[in-house]
Amino acid sequence: MFDLEMTEDQKLIHDTVASFAKAEIRPIAHDCDESGTIPPGLAEKGFELGLVHSAIPEEQGGYGETRSAVTGAIVAEELAWGDLAIAMHLLTPRLLVYPLLEAGSAQQIAQVLPPFALGHQVATAAVVEPRFDFDTTRFTTTAAAKDGGFVVNGAKCFVPLADESQTILVLAQLDEEPAAFLVPRGAAGVSIGEREKNMGVKALATYEVGFENVQVPASARVGDAAAISRILNRSRIALGALAIGMARAASDYARDYAKERKAFGVAIAQKQAIAFMLAEMAIEIDASRLLLWEAAWMLDQGKEATRECVLAKRYASNACLKITDNAVQVLGGHGYVRDHPVEMWLRNARGFSSFEGMAIV
Amino acid sequence: MIDFELSESIVNSRQMIHMVAEQLMRPISREYDEREHEKPTEFLETMWKVSAGTSFGADREADKKAAASGPKESNLASCVNIEELSWGDAGLYLSIPNPGLGGAAVLAAGTAEQKQRFLAPFKGGEMKWGAMAITEPHCGSDSAALQTTAVRDGDDWVLNGTKIYCTSGLMAAEKSDGFVVVWATVDKTAGRAGIKSFVVPAHTPGMKVIKVENKMGIRASDTAMIVFEDCRIPLDNILGSAEVQTGNEGFKGAMATFDATRPLVAASALGIGRAALDFAREALERAGVKIRYGAAASTLTALERDFMEIESELQAARLLTWRAAWMMDRGKRNNLEASMAKAKAGLAVTRVTQKAVEFLGPLGYSRKLLLEKWMRDAKINDIFEGTQQINMLIVARRILGYSSKDLS
Ligand SMILES: Cc1cc2nc3c(=O)[nH]c(=O)nc-3n(C[C@H](O)[C@H](O)[C@H](O)COP(=O)(O)OP(=O)(O)OC[C@H]3O[C@@H](n4cnc5c(N)ncnc54)[C@H](O)[C@@H]3O)c2cc1C
Ligand SMILES: Cc1cc2nc3c(=O)[nH]c(=O)nc-3n(C[C@H](O)[C@H](O)[C@H](O)COP(=O)(O)OP(=O)(O)OC[C@H]3O[C@@H](n4cnc5c(N)ncnc54)[C@H](O)[C@@H]3O)c2cc1C
Repeated sequence: MFDLEMTEDQKLIHDTVASFAKAEIRPIAHDCDESGTIPPGLAEKGFELGLVHSAIPEEQGGYGETRSAVTGAIVAEELAWGDLAIAMHLLTPRLLVYPLLEAGSAQQIAQVLPPFALGHQVATAAVVEPRFDFDTTRFTTTAAAKDGGFVVNGAKCFVPLADESQTILVLAQLDEEPAAFLVPRGAAGVSIGEREKNMGVKALATYEVGFENVQVPASARVGDAAAISRILNRSRIALGALAIGMARAASDYARDYAKERKAFGVAIAQKQAIAFMLAEMAIEIDASRLLLWEAAWMLDQGKEATRECVLAKRYASNACLKITDNAVQVLGGHGYVRDHPVEMWLRNARGFSSFEGMAIV
Repeated sequence: MIDFELSESIVNSRQMIHMVAEQLMRPISREYDEREHEKPTEFLETMWKVSAGTSFGADREADKKAAASGPKESNLASCVNIEELSWGDAGLYLSIPNPGLGGAAVLAAGTAEQKQRFLAPFKGGEMKWGAMAITEPHCGSDSAALQTTAVRDGDDWVLNGTKIYCTSGLMAAEKSDGFVVVWATVDKTAGRAGIKSFVVPAHTPGMKVIKVENKMGIRASDTAMIVFEDCRIPLDNILGSAEVQTGNEGFKGAMATFDATRPLVAASALGIGRAALDFAREALERAGVKIRYGAAASTLTALERDFMEIESELQAARLLTWRAAWMMDRGKRNNLEASMAKAKAGLAVTRVTQKAVEFLGPLGYSRKLLLEKWMRDAKINDIFEGTQQINMLIVARRILGYSSKDLS
């Protein structure tokens, strides 16, 4: 039966994460963006919220909770309302943990996951490639069968926290289909490049990572092509939800500002040119969230939902770009100055059209 | 629990109504677009027989009671059904005999006695229509500025004024034993507070249809100009209290009708949009063009991009609409959400249908196909039940906590 009410559990999770975002993330967001760093202790606090280990099975020391894409979307939205770069940073360990939960073998799960249930651990995935025609259905990073295992070649970019991760989940083309491999950062042929300098999400440390004849055993392969499609869909939900959270942050900020700022004797919010931008923001945020929840709900039902996930992520990304752009516009010259966060949100927002696989629910 | 699955009963009724749309509406769709002002009597009779007694809009009191006794989904079901009928033909859907917007006003503001008196006749007998007359030649969006007057004279109200663009006005006022709900002021100096709504039964002396409009689209639905000249109706035909309250309460009450009807209008818009989208998708597939959803952005054609965009626009509008209806079913206030849905749906289907015509090129423009008609039909949803701008204004006021004085 059609219903948009969160469960009591979801409300509790929502409220907990929302207060964390308000108390712990938003106050430091500006400084993190300026300095390009995130205080070391924050990830531990994120761990305590259960962002990563709550979905790890009890046998591996986690809470064994169901990985609901809808709940994941609720969490990601609230974190990104605090700050996008910090949200992505806190969610990074999932980039390895969740694909394993989705498609890992019993042995992979038993081997890799237990430390992630004990405390904060850094891990990552390498998905995006540095080319304008990057395509998740056809990676240019390749894997080929060799000596009973695989040999990986290629280049990736936007790999969060690659320098600190013990293990990188690498997506590569294996003949005609995409495949995923567990690659130790220290394996011969893996090179971590300089930290990337991007327009936005500046607090998130991302790297180019090169793979030159990197040999991995057959047991390093995770799941099959169908599993990768599910993983990419879950990632689209996460990214869409992050976009919505940040769009909401920008819209809240612009709305409050517009009620305070006077021009021509009235609050600028009393001018339709401004009021209609604010109204459109509100509509598009809700529209994006409903599309995204529907797609997430389909994943939770085990339905094939590539179309819905692609469309929902696109919609949310476009909405986020327009909303953050308008938020800058509402603040006028003040929006262009870095004392206010709106310009940062606009810089961050442009990233969603290139981000794939950089967060997951 | 967040759940996007429609209940079995909604799915079943949708299936049934889809058959009506496909088998009874589509085959005569073009004909009654071309033969404007003629009535598809056989279709109307059939619809009257199968649907007599169903109403349009919501009974708030009943909704609240029902909400207390467990989940209910009649408003959502109405949205789904109306989408289906409008997928068949939005003009024909609007012309179906029922209490219409007038009925919605009676349900929203009438007493139990009035609901019985005005709506019970719709349960059987000859076909009947209800209509609602707010708009006047000099005011549409600014309904508070209306000029039609209602003056008390003994046991009667006496109405004087001119109403335009009244949907089903001809059928409601003269061609059936229906009624027209007329908005009029009892005290021009009182502004909004003086505006009340009155039920004028069909054939009341002094009420006369003087023009039926020629339109761009929804031509199967009549849109009437009605003049009231010393038109007398009984005192107890006023909906709500006759008192001119200080403040806006009376006017707000009347406006609350829209919280119930805007999602329904949005739902009708969705039906037209879906007709166009489905048609375009099938036509493109026949021509060998398949939309590649998973493909890299850099490889998408302009057509694929546009298609994906309008497809999501339509679904976004649908979910906003369902949300507004679902809130009513749960007895939640939905003023903001109803306007969001209406604003989005009106705009979305305007774009969807215009794009669909573009996709089909000269075929889309030709009257051999229904696509061009859907584009003409779609546009009305951006205009009636509050224009795009008026609904944006309502959304803006609600999110800013502004009154209509703060933002107009
Ligand atoms: C990098 C930079 C360089 C600059 N250089 C100079 C300079 O050399 N000299 C100088 O004097 N100034 C300069 N400015 C200031 C710039 O001209 C102002 O920022 C600009 O005029 C907008 O004014 P504001 O920022 O006060 O915005 P506001 O006037 O507060 O406007 C805020 C928002 O409200 C909207 N708005 C305002 N009034 C209305 C209305 N009546 N109807 C509808 N919408 C309305 C605006 O369009 C805007 O979206 C500079 C600004 C920047 C950022
Ligand atoms: C086919 C059809 C059926 C209809 N059925 C009915 C019916 O059954 N009953 C009924 O009462 N009416 C009906 N209407 C009337 C309809 O509701 C009005 O046309 C509509 O409300 C707009 O009013 P208007 O045409 O006077 O335009 P105006 O109010 O003159 O508006 C003109 C333009 O100005 C914009 N505008 C107006 N005010 C503002 C503002 N404050 N801020 C920004 N922009 C503004 C509008 O959005 C619009 O774009 C129908 C109309 C049509 C065409």
